[in-house]
Amino acid sequence: MQNPSNKQISFIVKPALFILCLVPFALLVLDAVNNNLGTNPVETLTHETGEWALRFLLITLAVTPVRRLMSAPWLIKLRRMLGLFVFFYALLHFTTYIWLDQFFDWQEILLDIPKRPFITIGFVSFVLLVPLVITSTSAMQRRLKKKWITIHKLVYVIPVLVVIHFIWSLKADYSEPIVYALIFSGLMLVRVYYSRKKASKV
Amino acid sequence: MSVIIQKPSNIKTSEITPKSVYLDRRKFMQQAIASSLLLSVDAMLPAWAKKWPNLKQSTYSTDDTVNSFEDITTYNNFYEFGTGKTDPHKNAKDFNPHPWSITVEGECAKPGTFNLEDFIKPGVLEDRIYRLRCVEGWSMVIPWVGFSLADMLKKFEPTSKAKYVEFTTLLDKSRMPGQQRRVLNWPYVEGLRIDEAMNELPIMAVGLYGEALPNQNGAPIRLVVPWKYGFKSIKSIVKIRFTETQPQTTWNLTGPSEYGFYSNVNPEVDHPRWSQKKERIIGRPFWEPKRDTQMFNGYAEQVAHLYNGMDLKKYF
Repeated sequence: MQNPSNKQISFIVKPALFILCLVPFALLVLDAVNNNLGTNPVETLTHETGEWALRFLLITLAVTPVRRLMSAPWLIKLRRMLGLFVFFYALLHFTTYIWLDQFFDWQEILLDIPKRPFITIGFVSFVLLVPLVITSTSAMQRRLKKKWITIHKLVYVIPVLVVIHFIWSLKADYSEPIVYALIFSGLMLVRVYYSRKKASKV
Repeated sequence: MSVIIQKPSNIKTSEITPKSVYLDRRKFMQQAIASSLLLSVDAMLPAWAKKWPNLKQSTYSTDDTVNSFEDITTYNNFYEFGTGKTDPHKNAKDFNPHPWSITVEGECAKPGTFNLEDFIKPGVLEDRIYRLRCVEGWSMVIPWVGFSLADMLKKFEPTSKAKYVEFTTLLDKSRMPGQQRRVLNWPYVEGLRIDEAMNELPIMAVGLYGEALPNQNGAPIRLVVPWKYGFKSIKSIVKIRFTETQPQTTWNLTGPSEYGFYSNVNPEVDHPRWSQKKERIIGRPFWEPKRDTQMFNGYAEQVAHLYNGMDLKKYF
């Protein structure tokens, strides 16, 4: 496959990807407007936004393995957008909790967060995304250099926290978070494989 | 003579009867002359296909807004048919609850195995509109058709050794596909203390909205204990046992620190992982805030005395 030019990436691929990433959000809005969010709409919104945040997290982590497997280094140019969409859906998820679930009852929320481990770990995962978002610009990347790489290693920690948050929100059926955990493990194993391969070549 | 019985899934939302009209229709039917022809046709239907248009309204019914038939029959926790909320509605379509029998055993003078029809005698059934509060933090109001559990249990003459009543759901992986996965220890077991069981509130429900229970709601017969979290209202009951010792209930076995034997609705006793202070009222617009949970789900007048002197944080 021929690699697209920088112009093609900037003017065709990236805008197309941007629109694609907004599709889950658009579908949720459509469902909300058409009263199609099921019998417990807040539960549906909370679950869907959370799940898409986790999916985009894993998609972002899949960029480098796919880059290597397909020998398509240009894919790295798409990773920042995908990462920012993780925060977009996580912010929607957090807003659903603060607004539709708790109705800005700050006293209750502040009690909830430290007392309930499942909320604590969700809140921590969300907060840990913030430094990643703030340092996402090219300018920041240039300024921080090696520190940028260290900060962005958080992306290996956050999925673990998110999966635990997911498990703790359930009563008995853990099959969904387990699938995500397996995908995350697979993505990590691919990286280990490639780093070993690189090390052996030196 | 063939009678077409609508599957609940075929009923459009526009056809759902608002509660006021529903109650007025009942009044009309009660006052109308019951044609003997109607009664004989009714008697020909198997228990699970029955309609009950002439029932008395219980004094224990609530005035709260009743949820729509669609909400009540498409949003269910019934893991025997799958763990998603819409799974039971989708997967219980082929379940045939007829014929059905219930075995009664344990510390009683008159044990035995009985057909469902033995319990549904004329005059026994009534309408009871009860609140149902799920441990997950949502609630509904459901117009059950049923009879008093106490009246039923008295017939078996429990002895003085009968301190508890244990209920068991059907165990059959071929008819209940969700049981093929060990998400819970099958069969589903629940229980009540004998004085809770003999209270005037618990019912054995055989229908809702004046018709036989849809499969996903626990056909053909289930328990409804309105002051406890919904998982105590065990569905599709095949066995009742009077016991001396406290029954080992399924959710308590799954999460002993999270799902207690009593599980009384209590805003002051939180689930370890989430608060029970508020509840989501199903059917209200999603932008409306949650409402405060009521002690004993609003049934304190009838049941609070059962727990005098009990530490409800310890016996949760």
